[in-house]
Amino acid sequence: ADIISTVEFNHSGELLATGDKGGRVVIFQQEQENKSQSHSRGEYNVYSTFQSHEPEFDYLKSLEIEEKINKIRWLPQKNAAQFLLSTNDKTIKLWKISERDKRPEGYNLKEEDGRYRDPTTVTTLRVPVFRPMDLMVEASPRRIFANAHTYHINSISINSDYETYLSADDLRINLWHLEITDRSFNIVDIKPANMEELTEVITAAEFHPNSCNTFVYSSSKGTIRLCDMRASALCDRHSKLFEEPEDPSNRSFFSEIISSISDVKFSHSGRYMMTRDYLSVKIWDLNMENRPVETYQVHEYLRSKLCSLYENDCIFDKFECCWNGSDRQVGFMDIVMTGSYNNFFRMFDRNTKRDITLEASRENNKPRTVLKPRKVCASGKRKKDEISVDSLDFNKKILHTAWHPKENIIAVATTNNLYIFQDKTN
Amino acid sequence: MFVRGLKRKCFDGEEDIEGTLTGIKAIPSYNLQRQSLLDMSLVKLQLCHMLVEPNLCRSVLIANTVRQIQEEMTQDGTWQMINTQSTGQASLDRLVSTDILCRSSKEQAEGKHVSGYSTFNKDFEGDQTQDSSETMSTASSVQAPRNLQSNVWEMENSQENKGNFQKSLDQIFETLENKSPNSVEDLFSEVDNSYYDLDTMLTGMMSNTKMGHCDGLDTFSSPAPTTSNSNCKSDLNELDHIVEILVES
Repeated sequence: ADIISTVEFNHSGELLATGDKGGRVVIFQQEQENKSQSHSRGEYNVYSTFQSHEPEFDYLKSLEIEEKINKIRWLPQKNAAQFLLSTNDKTIKLWKISERDKRPEGYNLKEEDGRYRDPTTVTTLRVPVFRPMDLMVEASPRRIFANAHTYHINSISINSDYETYLSADDLRINLWHLEITDRSFNIVDIKPANMEELTEVITAAEFHPNSCNTFVYSSSKGTIRLCDMRASALCDRHSKLFEEPEDPSNRSFFSEIISSISDVKFSHSGRYMMTRDYLSVKIWDLNMENRPVETYQVHEYLRSKLCSLYENDCIFDKFECCWNGSDRQVGFMDIVMTGSYNNFFRMFDRNTKRDITLEASRENNKPRTVLKPRKVCASGKRKKDEISVDSLDFNKKILHTAWHPKENIIAVATTNNLYIFQDKTN
Repeated sequence: MFVRGLKRKCFDGEEDIEGTLTGIKAIPSYNLQRQSLLDMSLVKLQLCHMLVEPNLCRSVLIANTVRQIQEEMTQDGTWQMINTQSTGQASLDRLVSTDILCRSSKEQAEGKHVSGYSTFNKDFEGDQTQDSSETMSTASSVQAPRNLQSNVWEMENSQENKGNFQKSLDQIFETLENKSPNSVEDLFSEVDNSYYDLDTMLTGMMSNTKMGHCDGLDTFSSPAPTTSNSNCKSDLNELDHIVEILVES
């Protein structure tokens, strides 16, 4: 039950939230930078843990509803408290995480331990005062958005207006207002009249980072549709359709499955979007629909193994992808990151076109050492330090990664563990 | 790396080799691989966890793969006879046989188009269904007369076959639901499995069911759970009505 199912930094990067299969959310907080150790940024320590979702039973269908957290999205901070949305397959919850470091002392009618005093023993009156106490972090559910999804929710995305958000399941996308829990608007519905005609499902959706009327959703057939909510109330007709024509030389029975998009993420500027399908990461320019501007192969050596991966179901693994942080520093970087098997994860530098494979594992990397680049040998002679495709462990998959919004710190989730890496500073 | 106990006949890296083989040798091998992939896909569609709703995306992708194979088989003129009742009632849990019954080269030349899944198609009239089950339960290996008989039967229904492939999948799901392992039966003894059609299978939702499903069940006698059969006809309309209301709301 501690299989990590989602990882997300908040907008400042100070907090890092993870959700797991058991419905729990664990939030880590970055320590304030230590003046004496100016060469390393703060470490992340557990800040709060709470049970977000519980397993439920749908009596109508006689099926369980898993408590696994599919996605967490942070709201931008508006006051002292932090807010995040977490969702399982059916229900989205808005959680408030607040700190309490003072408590009132000196009540007249109560003892310090809470017992009531006999009023006849009260001879003087005093004003209660706040005294410092050990920091307590409390999480409380403030809104519960339920009963709007027949199918399994795969995405939530907060709009740039910070008032509304969308939730997407396999066939529908709904628009919510953060304050209103008993209503949501359906903005996309691809359910066919006859379910037997169903051939395509929604796999991910996201709002544009700047235009509050624009969102995209990806499908299991490898297409991305951009919709404008100003066009009509029901955005069943897309404004743009992004699809790359199939390469006939690579055609196989698995072509459709590996073209299914598992994640879509806008760039911070909103000019580009990135999609992840089974074997590659593609960068699309929103102005060009007929093909991506860049394609990066994540693990092309798996193309000849697709049948085996279909057999063991790995071909259905949904990998996520992420952009590097938005703040542009000197020596501006433009890097995208995604996970692979054998606890490998990959980064692609869009400027230099170089890529690197790293491994998240305790056995092979001591803490505070620089990660050694890895290489997979596709065929033929295996060089020293290379790993052959057949010895990859397909149970060790990195599906979820996140990049700190401002610094070069990344969070990488293996099945049960969370790794936090930072680039070496001088 | 490879988890399941399924026989692996994969395309991995073998297609190039096969391409160099000449003539008849290459074709059955590809067919073998394709059939194996088909079997695997159907098994995957069967094996969904009944405690939790199956993953719709995965189901749709597998179903599309099955459809794709079927379409290719139809275009090829390769005709597959799926042997389900070869040993009587014994192996009902294994609806799909890996035996390949290739048509003779003469028949291939004639280019008859038949659906590889027509034997599962239970949307026919009752008598045709009876014919099909009889057909399936007699011979256990390739016999020319049997081929011919089934060919004729399929030719009559080729139009329906093509259009009804989805329904075939439908029937597969629904039948397989009823043949699901005993543990599931125990857990959900009060749940009427016969209501599950493709929709339910893929989405976990009950939707309108058809009387045809129950008819089809009857032709596959034996281990069909008696509870579902008896409940089916009597409560069908009532539950249907209720579910319709709930679904539409």
